[in-house]
Amino acid sequence: MRVFLQRITAGVQSAGFIHPKVVENQEEVKMKKSIILGALTIAGLSAGAAAAGTLDDVKARGTLNCGVTTGLVGFAAPDANGEWVGFDVSVCRAVAAAVLGDATAVEFVPTTGKTRFTALSSGEIDLLARNTTWTFSRDTDLKFDFVGVNYYDGQGFLVPKALGVSSAKDLDGATVCIQTGTTTELNLADFFRANNISYEPVPIETNAEGTQQYLAGACDTYTTDASGLASTRATFENPGDHVLLPEIVSKEPLGPLVRHGDNEWGDIVRWTLNALITAEELGVSSTNVAEMATSTTNPEVARLLGTEGELGGMIGLDADWAKRAIESEGNYGEIFAKNIGEETPIGLARGLNAQWTDGGLLYSPPFR
Amino acid sequence: MTLQVIAAILLALALAYLYSNLAANLRAAGLNISFAFLGSSAGYDINQTLIEYDSQASNFRAAIVGILNTLLVAFLACITATVLGVLAGVLRLSNNWLVRKLMAVYVEIFRNIPILIWIIIIFTIMTAVMPGARAYLGEDPERGLLGGLFAFTNRGVYTPAPIFTTGFGGAEGSGLNWLLVIAALVASFFGTRFMTARADKIQGETGVRPNTFFVNLAIWFVPLIILAFLLGLSWDMPDPLANRFNLRGGIQIGAPLIALWLALSVYTGAFIAENVRAGIQAVSKGQTEAAAALGIRPRRVMSLVVLPQALRVIIPPLISQYLNITKNSSLAIAVGYADVTATLGGITLNQTGRAIECVLLLMAFYLIISLSISAVMNVYNNSMKLKER
Repeated sequence: MRVFLQRITAGVQSAGFIHPKVVENQEEVKMKKSIILGALTIAGLSAGAAAAGTLDDVKARGTLNCGVTTGLVGFAAPDANGEWVGFDVSVCRAVAAAVLGDATAVEFVPTTGKTRFTALSSGEIDLLARNTTWTFSRDTDLKFDFVGVNYYDGQGFLVPKALGVSSAKDLDGATVCIQTGTTTELNLADFFRANNISYEPVPIETNAEGTQQYLAGACDTYTTDASGLASTRATFENPGDHVLLPEIVSKEPLGPLVRHGDNEWGDIVRWTLNALITAEELGVSSTNVAEMATSTTNPEVARLLGTEGELGGMIGLDADWAKRAIESEGNYGEIFAKNIGEETPIGLARGLNAQWTDGGLLYSPPFR
Repeated sequence: MTLQVIAAILLALALAYLYSNLAANLRAAGLNISFAFLGSSAGYDINQTLIEYDSQASNFRAAIVGILNTLLVAFLACITATVLGVLAGVLRLSNNWLVRKLMAVYVEIFRNIPILIWIIIIFTIMTAVMPGARAYLGEDPERGLLGGLFAFTNRGVYTPAPIFTTGFGGAEGSGLNWLLVIAALVASFFGTRFMTARADKIQGETGVRPNTFFVNLAIWFVPLIILAFLLGLSWDMPDPLANRFNLRGGIQIGAPLIALWLALSVYTGAFIAENVRAGIQAVSKGQTEAAAALGIRPRRVMSLVVLPQALRVIIPPLISQYLNITKNSSLAIAVGYADVTATLGGITLNQTGRAIECVLLLMAFYLIISLSISAVMNVYNNSMKLKER
């Protein structure tokens, strides 16, 4: 019996499965494994990236995989029933309504500032609607396509009132909580360098973590997009004890984005967003869209809602795509008012995000 | 042999397939592998830097800052985990029931809860329990510095920093001063080794061991005192008045470093304690009894007879624990500690989008560090091995 066992062991060893030296050093084995696994993951990741035809994939799957934040009240957060709601969530739902005819056919994938781009380029999500700033390098070097802007934002600073700070330039020497992997991290460095003052960054992963650190006093100020700060402050026990400093230190055009290279899919998302904006401009809302579709005399409304022309067919969808998108979530103004407007706890004014006709920056290209 | 060759060929083929698949897919996605981003400006700031660094420095320098931070926390944690582990391991075999059980509780609690949880628990407790930095600030602070020297805040611990006012680099100071101090310490180390060896020799020849304690003390401290005098040692105190947000001056040991260091130490210490216990129990009881029969006192039995033999069993698993500490330190980002995973594998990766390159570099770094630790510890292991003649 013993001889038999010895033979087996020797056989296995000579086959190269167990090298005596490798057995001695298990760590080495682990590491080799992790290299191979890593390579596999990378190879797998990019295999997804290469796949084109997102529209067909989404239709075949029957759901839209949409990347959102891990939780930012007003923009994207699960409500009391576990349903995702928010300003960015509405974009996902509108696209799902346009493409699949069902605004609930969305699989929401929570992403952090760090994981969002990998999730999109690997094909894990079809669309990223996660208050992401449109920048040159993200659009070009990272191979993404920003399809538009759904919120014009800027970076601000939140401080406790008790600190007695009235300007961001008074923050010399302060400890600053900052979400890592975001453009705000770079703006922050630029702002303090330009004003020749010092600070100490505390990098954090998620908004929840940042809130906790800020409230515990581990940092003097929390900086991110002003809309995000307003949303975060609304969740505090005593929102009145905290103020947003007047300085807005950067331009942050936030918008949904898709992978570069699949222009058909990019067009669908772009024009769904434009449809929501145009609908507000033309006075089409979720309540009157059905009626407008049948009775309108305005040719642009008729083209938008598919009663005239062939716009839907041009992007590979049916004639009612925009009608469904507007029906499900409302037009841009409704989405804004419902999630982050002045009536909500977040209380953001339209400001730059008003229609161009009202002095804002929202300006959709025409539907024709 | 034939089987080995076939296995090797299959493995090579599999790797080649993975590589070609990767290359083809990257090409199809229009991406290319390039390390040019390492030279471009990083653009972000880091809170703990052991070398000079600002947001205009290159991504490569940011990676070096991260690497040094990783090495720092790994080094500190290896030392404290070993001390803790050896103590707990020895005490687990104590004759005192209470001590024995307490150590068992320590080991079981700490090694059975994931390290990430420990890191977060310790950090959360620190930020929640310790006073804010502002409690120490101003003309009439809520809290005074402990002994006028130390401040304990939820952002970290502040201590006085030694500075050299008349050494190299004048009042500004320079790294050369520190090199001198390190050189003096190394010289002292070998000096004491020599004195101990000499004492051993004399003891072997005459049977009387000369007292080396005071000589060794002098070898350690006299050069340092002379250096301190020559270089004009002075202390930079934490200053509560310089800034309205934070203490300025002195050394700040950040809360993330403390949390990570502590968590790695107590967690890995529990594993090392078990290794030490196993090692001690592997030494046959006859050895202890023989030593006792020779009239050696119990404490010396442990240090002169049992532990040297136990080390042969302890060291190989200890290497694994050191490797674990180094690799587990990559959980630093959970508390915002700027280790290499957080700088190169986190912020740089994100800002440049060069995920594959960054991950490859990270893998190479951890591999090199782990293999180096293995190599050094194996040399030590070989020197401790039973010498068969």
